[in-house]
Amino acid sequence: MKIVVCIKQVPDTKGGVKFNPDGTLDRGAMLAIMNPDDKAGLEAALRLKDQYGAEVTVLTMGLPKAKDILLEALAMGADNAVLVTDRVLGGADTWATSTTIAGALRNMDYDLIITGRQAIDGDTAQVGPQIAEHLGIPVISYAQDIKVDGDKVTVQRQYDDRYHVVETKMPCLVTALSELNAPRYMTPGGIFDACKAEVTTWGRADLQDVDDGNLGLAGSPTKIAKASDKVRKGAGEKIVPDSPEDAVSYIVGKFKEKHII
Amino acid sequence: MVTKNIEEYKGVFVFAQQVDNEISGIAYELLGKGKELAEKLSTEVTAVLIGYQVGGLADKLAEYGADKVILIDDPELEVYRTEPYAHALASAINQYKPEIVLVGATAIGRDLGPTVSARVATGLTADCTVLEIGDFPLEPKPGIEQKHNQLLMTRPAFGGNTIATIACPDNRPQMATVRPGVMQKIQPVAGAKAVVEEYNPGFTPNNRYVTIKEVVKAVSDTVDIMDAKVLVSGGRGVGSPENFKILEELAEVMGGTVSCSRAVVDSGWKPKDLQVGQTGKTVRPKIYFAIGISGAIQHVAGMEESDLIVAINKDESAPIFDVADYGIVGDLNKIVPQLTAALKSEKEAKNKN
Repeated sequence: MKIVVCIKQVPDTKGGVKFNPDGTLDRGAMLAIMNPDDKAGLEAALRLKDQYGAEVTVLTMGLPKAKDILLEALAMGADNAVLVTDRVLGGADTWATSTTIAGALRNMDYDLIITGRQAIDGDTAQVGPQIAEHLGIPVISYAQDIKVDGDKVTVQRQYDDRYHVVETKMPCLVTALSELNAPRYMTPGGIFDACKAEVTTWGRADLQDVDDGNLGLAGSPTKIAKASDKVRKGAGEKIVPDSPEDAVSYIVGKFKEKHII
Repeated sequence: MVTKNIEEYKGVFVFAQQVDNEISGIAYELLGKGKELAEKLSTEVTAVLIGYQVGGLADKLAEYGADKVILIDDPELEVYRTEPYAHALASAINQYKPEIVLVGATAIGRDLGPTVSARVATGLTADCTVLEIGDFPLEPKPGIEQKHNQLLMTRPAFGGNTIATIACPDNRPQMATVRPGVMQKIQPVAGAKAVVEEYNPGFTPNNRYVTIKEVVKAVSDTVDIMDAKVLVSGGRGVGSPENFKILEELAEVMGGTVSCSRAVVDSGWKPKDLQVGQTGKTVRPKIYFAIGISGAIQHVAGMEESDLIVAINKDESAPIFDVADYGIVGDLNKIVPQLTAALKSEKEAKNKN
């Protein structure tokens, strides 16, 4: 079985966000990490590899420094890594990104493609389903469990108040939730091997059946009209009461003031 | 991109999500917003109702503002699956050519929206919180044609740290998924009747039709936290699932319900449908109690629109205090039960008068 896991390098917004003195995001001060949902997808692939035997390839599109997450993936146990990087691909929205990644995937053999549900920078959850659409294969989003039996994949697909157990024949694409598993750590041996491993680098010319008009900023149908750091509502009052009784009378007093009680 | 005649595209489409033959709240919210946008564009709002034996829901959509309902009814559409639903919605878009298509950013819409947008070859903006009609670019720029009557779609990104306004000026339809709980429904017009147009593009199963082996519903007798007027929300600081009892007692006396942070769901203390935040639900109750919640940006993104926020946390530097109207630094185990008792006696005293 051949599994391709699509991963993305993102700034770490979880461990606290850093701001510049002028209130803008200080991206330089935030760590660049492998997107959490993607990492869960990679772990799911590695578990299928442990269980049934599989060749796991990780694929990313990004700046040359995105190679770091490919090396991490190799150290975790992935077999091959492909970096798609080219200046003409920059500024892509989800349409252009999914077109690019589909163009790369057409060069590869795959039974199962796994992507994260969404990346913590854009939070769109769009690229996975759009890749499947470009490739004409079934998509199962929001996977909380993935099982393989022969040429069939069985997935627990999460919804708001239920889940569906869904089955389909491969090839197919599954988007992984970070709840799926706890990703393994890199091993010393894995890190050693990763240092020697080759990362394949592809550019525009390596993408198959892709029109220039669908790539990068120019090929993106959505355009940014305005972007700003979010202005939050200011803090109200904060008290450090001497006793719980003081705290309670403070809240009760405020509620009376506001005619809540 | 595929060259389209943009001028042909008219009207606002709303995907009227239904599950188990019951219309989801987001459909009404989208109709409320869709109606407002349609009025600005001097056009109509159409609900696209997809399912099996769901025609009976059409008038309900009219009550909430739909001028017209396109009904796509087929046995293949009984339970949501990406493929027949994407075929249904994409075919309707290609047939009727709306200029705007709104889909709820639900676990269904966030799968259907991207698939359909790729199929009809247009842009899609995810998880919008503000939709307006305006110009693109916002200000006239030399050498660039400023287009009017564009859908301006505003959404948070970077876990709610930044906000971006996005347009789709050169392609149609302009598609957006919209966060549930943000747009306002209209006051329903009792007895309104919809103009229903039945449409069936034909459904022939192919490799993309997956098989549903089982549907497992979560057992929950709680009210939807998105509808609650008062929410008493607990975080990891509550300490244990048993200790949520003190929050439940406060909720009861306030006529509210209990919700929680992601940490609580991750620890298995509470089910996912009670989670507030970026990966949970967006809520805007009259009063939001944040108890033992530190206030990670992802949590704040889901509750900051609440009318009044009361935070109780022992950590004076907890970021929740940056958004709280009333912040109390202290021990929730002591304060919450006493607060419940005090509010209860206030209420009783009031009832006596």
